[in-house]
Amino acid sequence: MFGSLRVLLQVLWAHLLCGWVLGSELTFELPDNAKQCFYEDIIIGTKCTLEFQVVTGGHYDVDCRLEDPDGTTLYKEMKKQYDSFTFTAAKNGTHKFCFSNEFSTFTHKTVYFDFQVGDDPPLFPNENRVTALTQMESACVSIHEALKSVIDYQTHFRLRESQGRSRAEDLNTRVAFWSIGEAVILLVVSISQVLLLKSFFSDKKTTMTRVGS
Amino acid sequence: RKTLLSVLTQGVNTPGALYFHIGETEKKCFIEEIPDETMVIGKYRTQLWDKQTTSFLPSTPGLGMHVEIKDPDTKIILSRQYGSDGRFTFTSHTPGEHQICLHSNSTKMALFAGGKLRVHLDIQVGEHTNNYPEIAAKDKLTELQLRVRQLLDQVEQIQKEQNYQRFREERFRMTSESTNQRVLWWSIAQTFILIITGIWQMRHLKSFFEAKKLV
Repeated sequence: MFGSLRVLLQVLWAHLLCGWVLGSELTFELPDNAKQCFYEDIIIGTKCTLEFQVVTGGHYDVDCRLEDPDGTTLYKEMKKQYDSFTFTAAKNGTHKFCFSNEFSTFTHKTVYFDFQVGDDPPLFPNENRVTALTQMESACVSIHEALKSVIDYQTHFRLRESQGRSRAEDLNTRVAFWSIGEAVILLVVSISQVLLLKSFFSDKKTTMTRVGS
Repeated sequence: RKTLLSVLTQGVNTPGALYFHIGETEKKCFIEEIPDETMVIGKYRTQLWDKQTTSFLPSTPGLGMHVEIKDPDTKIILSRQYGSDGRFTFTSHTPGEHQICLHSNSTKMALFAGGKLRVHLDIQVGEHTNNYPEIAAKDKLTELQLRVRQLLDQVEQIQKEQNYQRFREERFRMTSESTNQRVLWWSIAQTFILIITGIWQMRHLKSFFEAKKLV
């Protein structure tokens, strides 16, 4: 009985130490005049990173605010397009971070954020090794870390490319509408010019004849 | 004893230290831009605000969440109701922006008297969906083999993303070329229309003035 209790305690302790979720990466839509908050329970001493990027909408900027459990603002930036903030949790409890689009009247934004809490969980959950890794294993670990940063760069590149592409598609539709609009305006203006000029001369003619007789 | 252990570990394995609040009729959508043949696993857990104890209840039976997933062509690939805790999986067949929408299926207004439902959400994409301890046990891999397997999965994801990037760049290029063409044709057409209307105006006015014996 004590054996299984010990195992249980070890499992709980391991989970407590490592954290079950290594990080959350989400892309969500933020309507105009809206604020969206996310909360996370963090243990004291955990190193966390918050990264965000505005994907589409307006001037691609958003307000971001990160608060600790007592409400103290750890990070606050207004109208930022992209930023990355690393901090170590000084208190136990629910940390809150909010994205606000309240300054915008009609553009809704799509925001991407990546909130990493602590380190990755180990590959073997019941491993509690204190012995050093072999050379092969440490090489694997460094390759793993390098690939993680490659994937991270790829994500940010994809988001920037998405920005560029949505602007290009916007431009394309705007050019189409403007061409049709301008053609219509040109024809209307030229025809009305002629008609207006004609009307000037017609009125003058009748007044002249009336005065004459 | 074993069941207690498994139940407790199950409880600890539930998702999402990250949570947010959702209103009763509110629909929250998340966008996942992924290459094709990528697996996505989403897990959520809900908690309801209880006015009496002014805290969130651990889980609410009877309250479910409706999950709707659309592919890049806005075709619905998954539309299902789950309970207060749920897990959904899908694999993308077309590369692009997939939209995952969640909303509660609550019809009783009384349940949301406090107006808040807490949703813990965890969405894992691509190689993060792999459960390595499980793979190690199933394929009987040594530690080194498992690490190399993880690296292989990561590299495969990078390759897929690169392919996807190539596809997107092609679309971008097509859009830019289409804009270029449209601007070119419109400039030519505009000059043409201008000249034609100019000529028409002159001729029309000239005949008008000649008729009025002013010229």
